[in-house]
Amino acid sequence: MKQILFYLTIMILLLSTLAFPALAANKPPQKGEALPVISLPIPKNSDERNYLGLSGSGLFKIPQVKTKVVIVEIFSMYCPYCQKDAPGVNELYRLIENNPDIKNKIKLIGIGAGNSFYEVEVYKKTYAVPFPLFPDKDFTIHKACGEVRTPYFMVIKINEDGTHQIVHNQLGNYPGAEPFLELVLKASGLK
Amino acid sequence: MQKKRLANLILITVVLSLFVSIPTSFAISDAYKGNIYQVGTLKPIDSKLKVKIGDPAPNFILPPISGEKVSLSQFRGKKNVVLSFVPAAWTPVCSDQWPGYNIAKDIFNQYDAILLGITVDNIPTLFAWTNQMGQLWFPVLSDFWPHGAVAKRYGVLRSNGVSERALFVMDKKGIIRYIDVHDINKRPPLEDLMGALEKLGK
Repeated sequence: MKQILFYLTIMILLLSTLAFPALAANKPPQKGEALPVISLPIPKNSDERNYLGLSGSGLFKIPQVKTKVVIVEIFSMYCPYCQKDAPGVNELYRLIENNPDIKNKIKLIGIGAGNSFYEVEVYKKTYAVPFPLFPDKDFTIHKACGEVRTPYFMVIKINEDGTHQIVHNQLGNYPGAEPFLELVLKASGLK
Repeated sequence: MQKKRLANLILITVVLSLFVSIPTSFAISDAYKGNIYQVGTLKPIDSKLKVKIGDPAPNFILPPISGEKVSLSQFRGKKNVVLSFVPAAWTPVCSDQWPGYNIAKDIFNQYDAILLGITVDNIPTLFAWTNQMGQLWFPVLSDFWPHGAVAKRYGVLRSNGVSERALFVMDKKGIIRYIDVHDINKRPPLEDLMGALEKLGK
């Protein structure tokens, strides 16, 4: 009996460890909460690396981006609304980059839910997306974020002490670059 | 003996965890709002192919959502052809497949290929469903009546009357050069299809 219990315990421990990444969060991370642990590859493209204030290779976590606020768009190249909003999200990037007061304080990234590297590149090329996009081919990040529908926006404030919290999130309903930037500035306390 | 048992247990657990880790998730565009019917996880493949690579592709004539009927033979000698069967309108993975092809028109053009989307749904259903995808550049054909006849001829009609999630690539001579009867629960990666088209030119 003891032996069976011993083996059962080992099996449960192993299964919970090995299968952990596949477990889905049952709801998206909420305002005020921290992000789930999301590891992304440091971009090979030096412009993108510089944009995010990263160096070297390997993985990084979103709060390591050298900025005060990160806007994350969870998108898919297969999602009609993401496609429709793409020019407006590009415009948001340009509004930020062309404003010296906020240029280095807000960064924008996209995560392609269920998209391979190839598929993300097709999206990037089709819409001339100027900010870094990352594939999430096996939906790991999408699951960790509560399997949200797309496009899904999260605004993350990075504090001086290295902690962070989500200050805004929304499903779709992208209002256009200017209203969205206004919303980001207010929610993050940059304004 | 005990060590061997423990090793076997670890092996079994690792294999089990691999199955648990298989992604079954899919991203649903907000474009469809709450109108997607959740089908759950289905038997990956539920039909037996009746064609193979190297065969002449069986011809068909099907009605599109709008315009004249489309036949496969009308592209003979002119275009490579990709047939994309998807199981059903208003279901999770299908709704997030063709919108991706819709922004890949340049790549299809690069390989001199036309895409034909096919489901066993009727035309009004296809009309309402594809309207959510934006303006599609490729014809969407209805294999509704006789029900699923083309899917059946190719051997991709499932036992419940919907088709598999299947891709067929035909060259300009009408010969089948690529077949992917995909796990119905997953979307085929775009690079696999484009890799097959690229090979046609070689």
